Amino acid sequence: MSVDKFTLLESSCVPLPIENVDTDQIIPARFLKATSRDGFGENLFRDWRFSPSGEPVKDFVLNQSEYSGKVLVAGKNFGSGSSREHAAWAIADYGFKVVISSFFADIFRNNALNNGVLPVQVSAEFLKKLFKVVESDHSQKVIVDLEKQELKYNDEACQFEINPYKKDCLLNGFDDIDYLLNKKNKIQAFEESSLK
Amino acid sequence: MKAKTLFDKVWDAHVVEHVEGGPNIVYIDKHLIHEVTSPQAFSGLESRGLKVLRPEKTLGTPDHNIPTVNQHLPIKDEQSRKQIETLSANCEKNKIELYGLNHPNNGIVHVVGPEMGHTQPGMTLVCGDSHTSTHGAFGAVAFGIGTSEVEMVLATQCIMQSKPKKMRITIDGDLAKGVTAKDLTLYVIAQLGTGGATGYFVEYAGAAVRNLSMEGRMTVCNMSIEMGARGGMIAPDDATFEYVKGREHAPKGEAWEQALAKWKTLKTDEGAEFDMEYTYKAEDIEPRITYGTNPGMGMGITAFIPAESDIQASELPSFKKSLAYMNYELGEQILGKKVDYVFVGSCTNGRIEDLRAFASLVAGRKKADSITAWIVPGSKKVEKQAIEEGLVEILEKAGFEMRQPGCSACLAMNEDKVPANKYCVSTSNRNFEGRQGPGSRTLLASPLTAAAAAITGVISDPREFV
Repeated sequence: MSVDKFTLLESSCVPLPIENVDTDQIIPARFLKATSRDGFGENLFRDWRFSPSGEPVKDFVLNQSEYSGKVLVAGKNFGSGSSREHAAWAIADYGFKVVISSFFADIFRNNALNNGVLPVQVSAEFLKKLFKVVESDHSQKVIVDLEKQELKYNDEACQFEINPYKKDCLLNGFDDIDYLLNKKNKIQAFEESSLK
Repeated sequence: MKAKTLFDKVWDAHVVEHVEGGPNIVYIDKHLIHEVTSPQAFSGLESRGLKVLRPEKTLGTPDHNIPTVNQHLPIKDEQSRKQIETLSANCEKNKIELYGLNHPNNGIVHVVGPEMGHTQPGMTLVCGDSHTSTHGAFGAVAFGIGTSEVEMVLATQCIMQSKPKKMRITIDGDLAKGVTAKDLTLYVIAQLGTGGATGYFVEYAGAAVRNLSMEGRMTVCNMSIEMGARGGMIAPDDATFEYVKGREHAPKGEAWEQALAKWKTLKTDEGAEFDMEYTYKAEDIEPRITYGTNPGMGMGITAFIPAESDIQASELPSFKKSLAYMNYELGEQILGKKVDYVFVGSCTNGRIEDLRAFASLVAGRKKADSITAWIVPGSKKVEKQAIEEGLVEILEKAGFEMRQPGCSACLAMNEDKVPANKYCVSTSNRNFEGRQGPGSRTLLASPLTAAAAAITGVISDPREFV
């Protein structure tokens, strides 16, 4: 079960200028009862997106028709808290392929990468500017080029970090398990030599 | 030989291979699983046609989504029942030991692991739960993982992880009376902020840490994730060895002696380097309480919420949003404010010592009428011990009842939900919006502070009662 390939994406953005968005906001615990990976997008940001009676909250960005796209732009320390991969599933299932922030929590970053969602970390200044641009022109597109590790829009561009192994995985659409299965003999040798 | 940190010693001994330009392949000694983050991993495994590589290094226990009353009856909610049945079926099929619901060893995964002797110094241990950092209290490298990684460990007993940077946090001196391990960790998190240790693995050191019981050390390591750390750990010492000795899955006889000799080497060498160091004084720590919607938004119980001028302009919108959710004002004191619920439990503070602390303060007093209290032991064994020690009797005399073990209102996946707009003083680990139920307002604190609130009905300083 490999991940979707990611090479280059050009898309408009959905801005969420809130800091410390934790995984309980991304997908509240009461929606974690499913035993499959599907359908979590429906409840993405559930308690910000819908009122307790289930009505869409008008001023939440996912309910504003002027914003759309496959890129979520969020405030710093995105994905903190629980290790629930359901958060990454919800984001992917909703249709986002990229999350841009100035800082990501560790476990979320791994979970996103394992689901073909690319976390793009930019400087606080770049993020601030991007929020402004997107909010003044809702159709503003950004280009995310994984090969070049570059994020750009108009005349602005910045490089982003990703470890070469993970980059390779995403570009080719394979995952860690595929990789580890090829290392079976090595793992067995480790067990025999080091676990005595 | 180059001086090494405790973390280096354990991590390096488990590296199977360093992937060029990428992460390490790290061997995992113990894999704990529960009902919420494992079903998709098992189905992934199945669709790849793979088996669990080392079932004997895997242990299952349902905890997140089980009821805390009438556990002997069938679970009413169909989805919840199915989730728990799926865990049982997956464990049975793959020959994984399971402490199922109603099993005498059932409980919260991070309470059960240590109390059954599964958790041992020098191990690598993972679980699909961010509070896996708890097990670091034994000098283990323990951290939370996502479900894809659960599948990875089931399939290969290994995980691919970049080696984190190293941080040491030293707390010198002695904690004052009424100040507990929970206050220590909430203090540290408030200093560093919720992302302050992201990218790091933390070692806790100093007299105040050294003097903590194993339960207290677990509380501190448990909360490491709340400042973003990959995990937290404490060098094992006599208190650790004493705790592990004789437990069901601990080494016995000659194997114990061998293990002990190895465990005694697990400490940071003189001169070993950390990427970051912080030092604090235990005397500066008061009983703590949080006032906002992340664990870093905390203060001494008698302090005032920061005023607008204390907050950086860039952080003000998020800060105000958080206070609006809590219905608190900038610059105000929350001591004396009304509380509706009290929750004692969770992998942070659901162990026997926590129930003892709570009982010690409410003994001979009465629960405030306005308070709904949920006292939830961390495991069946904790429950049994609380009964045997007479704690339940003390609680009942004071107007409290003890529920059955589980994660309960820490994450409110089951029926234990705090209603919207109600305030809950909670010994758990997260005060995120809606964490304890949609619209609920959580104030994180120690079991003593929870007890003080439970008898007064308002936020109270526990030092007045101990």
